[in-house]
Amino acid sequence: MTIVASLKRPSFLSIAAMAFLVIWLAIAAVPFLWTLWGSFKVQADFFSKQDWQNALYGVFTLAETGGYFTGNGYEGAWIKEEFWRSSVNTMLMTLSVVAISLTLGTLGGYALSRSGYRYAFWVLIIALVFRAMPHITLVSGYLLPFFQLNLYGHLGTTIVVMVAINQPFTLWMLHSFFQNIPKDLDESAMVDGCTRFQAFRYVIIPVMWPGVITTGLFSFLLAYNDFALTGLLLSQENQTMVPKIASFLGSAQEEGNVMYAVSAVVSATAPLFILVMFFQRQIVSGLTAGAVKG
Amino acid sequence: MPHRTFMSFIWPSALAMLLFIALPIVSVAVQSLFVAHEQVFVEVENCGPFGCTTVQKIDSQATAALRAAQPLGQFNGLGTYLNRNHLASAEISEAWQTRTDLAGFMSKILNLPFYKALSFTLTYTFVVTPFVIILGFFVALAVNRLPSFIKGPTIFISLLPMIVTPLIGSLILFWMIDADGLIGGTLQLIFDDPDLSLKASPALTWVTLIVYGVWHSAPFSFIVFYAGLQTVPKDTLESAMIDGANRWEQVRYVVIPHLLPLVVFISLMQLMDNFRVFEPIVGFNAEASATSLSWIIYNDLRGSDGNILFGSAAATSLLTIIGVCILLTPVLIRTWRAHGARA
Repeated sequence: MTIVASLKRPSFLSIAAMAFLVIWLAIAAVPFLWTLWGSFKVQADFFSKQDWQNALYGVFTLAETGGYFTGNGYEGAWIKEEFWRSSVNTMLMTLSVVAISLTLGTLGGYALSRSGYRYAFWVLIIALVFRAMPHITLVSGYLLPFFQLNLYGHLGTTIVVMVAINQPFTLWMLHSFFQNIPKDLDESAMVDGCTRFQAFRYVIIPVMWPGVITTGLFSFLLAYNDFALTGLLLSQENQTMVPKIASFLGSAQEEGNVMYAVSAVVSATAPLFILVMFFQRQIVSGLTAGAVKG
Repeated sequence: MPHRTFMSFIWPSALAMLLFIALPIVSVAVQSLFVAHEQVFVEVENCGPFGCTTVQKIDSQATAALRAAQPLGQFNGLGTYLNRNHLASAEISEAWQTRTDLAGFMSKILNLPFYKALSFTLTYTFVVTPFVIILGFFVALAVNRLPSFIKGPTIFISLLPMIVTPLIGSLILFWMIDADGLIGGTLQLIFDDPDLSLKASPALTWVTLIVYGVWHSAPFSFIVFYAGLQTVPKDTLESAMIDGANRWEQVRYVVIPHLLPLVVFISLMQLMDNFRVFEPIVGFNAEASATSLSWIIYNDLRGSDGNILFGSAAATSLLTIIGVCILLTPVLIRTWRAHGARA
């Protein structure tokens, strides 16, 4: 009886834990909901001088536009300020970065996981150091050569740089995934007469997709969320979404068009939400992969 | 795997890292030893009705030609490292000689750009990291108690602050703490002070940035702890219960020791990530009160006053890389030992 009684949790603790969790969820979610809701209002409501509730009810939005919701911010950002161009650039950049990083990374990660020599370990250590360096410390190394070779500002250059900067992380992640695939699998294929590359092509590739998808998600996030590189390496007309939003801030504040930036922010966040919704399990497993392995 | 096969698999990846990570580091190191050419002056005789005067004039054509011919600039040795914007050796020794008390000396040093940035970067790193670990731990404990059908949505919401682009996340909070925004306005009501602004004072700006940092990174430690909680041995927990341990004692003596290796992992990852703090300073428009090492590199390279300061940015970059290496030493030693144990 005593065991059963002690298994029942004390109610005070449950209530405290629930309250704490509700507060945390509010802190995590309300900023996004608030900004999403506010992006359909006018500036006088979103930054309300009299009462923050104006942003909920849209008093000035009704007065200025005749409706409770307005798409003016979106129209201004996407059409007038040509945010659509940046979103196309972002799409081109992230897709190319993911595709190229994964191609290079799977080959390299496979080699690292199957080589028994000491230099493979050294490659991993160097990759770890590279991964820890803030990306922005490399930018001054890029700029001068890029100016000289006339490579500065192009989307292609940034893609190549982003792929390279992504490699250390991709190698580590795929290396640990390939280590979990038993060596016997490809070695028995080689006993049957396959070359190493054939073994990789016909035996390893069909079973590696869970690891590749998880790694791809993180490469996507890195390319999509980057500001340090894209902000400094892309010229005005090739800007992706994040530097474009940053450039709104300089000009928009004066013109009273903060709402352009607000709408652009909501537009850029939406794909990330959808991504987490569909790939939550892979993201969680990727985040914990390093930890569980120690 | 034979060397040849290894090479044929890894060369694309190795080449990419060599060309775009290793080589740029060398380039940064070289650039940090040079400064841009000074402007070329020519003497021009101005003759007017009251005689002739010689004046110094900038020869912009010759300057441009010189700078184009030698884009690296002129050799400066360690000059850039020691100047006022970096290690400021002369300023420090002067401040030390003229010091009256230690506090005055410290405040003089913390007004120098590099040390100002370093002090914020280190404060941010070492304050955010423990808070992230504690908050993430308690969220994980709380989520672990939930019935399984609401766990999924709860994890989804908890992940959002981390997944969202750092610049965008900081902008969203920045708009909310605006004096006319939700949080800013509410704080004014609570403290009954219509002039209260989180952007005005340096101390409040630091607090805001740190709060943002915790908000942004807590999901990471939450997820790692949550995964760790799934592997806590049930038998040990039950025997602790039978021995009469209450909830807190179970957490203290069973769960926490089990999760300790994860604490090490999270703090190492967080130290590396927080050391590069950059986007929130741009997003919160906070550079007047708080700068970080990454931010001063960005500011030099942005060329806000017309020319890009390659040498200065390169020197700060190299100092930052040295800082990262110092932070990274424990990780490297740990990886070294782990590999040694396996081999």
